Amino acid sequence: MKKQTEPIETLSEIRSIMERSTRFISLNGFAGVFAGIFALVGAFAAYLNFRTNLIHPHYYDYATTSEGIPNLSFYIFFFTDAFLVLIASIVVAVYLSVRKSAKKGLKAWDNSAKRVIYNMSVPLVGGGLFCILIVYHGYIGLVIPVTLIFYGLALISTSKYTFDDIRYLGICELIVGLMATLWIDYGLLFWAFGFGVIHIVYGIIMYYKYER
Amino acid sequence: MSHEISKLNKAFENRIRIGIMSVLMVNDRIEFSVLKEILDVTDGNLASHITALEKLKYIEVTKQFVGKKPNTSYKVTNDGKIAFNKHLDTLERIIRIRK
Repeated sequence: MKKQTEPIETLSEIRSIMERSTRFISLNGFAGVFAGIFALVGAFAAYLNFRTNLIHPHYYDYATTSEGIPNLSFYIFFFTDAFLVLIASIVVAVYLSVRKSAKKGLKAWDNSAKRVIYNMSVPLVGGGLFCILIVYHGYIGLVIPVTLIFYGLALISTSKYTFDDIRYLGICELIVGLMATLWIDYGLLFWAFGFGVIHIVYGIIMYYKYER
Repeated sequence: MSHEISKLNKAFENRIRIGIMSVLMVNDRIEFSVLKEILDVTDGNLASHITALEKLKYIEVTKQFVGKKPNTSYKVTNDGKIAFNKHLDTLERIIRIRK
């Protein structure tokens, strides 16, 4: 006869399966809409600052002064702009998730949330460091495509632990990132499209699908 | 002690069945492929245990087509929830008695 498994082991196994199989569902569609709006504001600020247009889209020309030395104010503006958009998006996403969890009587910071954060942060931190290194080598124009590509990959790899739909968002960001690499002069436009328009559309779809 | 053990639901003696129920207790509806991935079992093995639980009316099967692909998903029934919770209670009682 098969040995009876210990009840205590059975219970801890049940617990672990339950935790493993729950997905993080507290992310709110509005978080996507807000992130998109912030990104558009950020891109618009960059547009105003660099005075780029479709005939002269090379925003990264301003990275070096006419004497050929790195233009510090360009870098400061570029990174402050991107950083503020990122922080604002994260703060709103966390706030909305915490609120949604509380409404459903769930813990916001549970294992499913930790898994999402971990799986997002590995490719994002890797991508961030990669960006710093390509700036170090002077390829400033590649920063925008790289942020889009790494963000897309991070979303694809995280989709297992949250809504499946995130996978499609990731694939879209990846495609936009590759297009931004091909048409590198129009980086700012692709950045506004990838982080702005796509997020807003995605957020609205998610809202109608899960929250209405 | 032996009295409590006899109360354990025979349907949940198998580890895979316990796994299936655990997953379904915390998820609204789940697909075959996802279940397979979480529990890390073979198709045939999983299918036979699902059929057993379905016969007992502990789980509900929905078959539909997504495009041309068949898509099968599972949901725990009310009976299933009650039976599984009872099973957990019995397990807890056994642990308490042994202490």
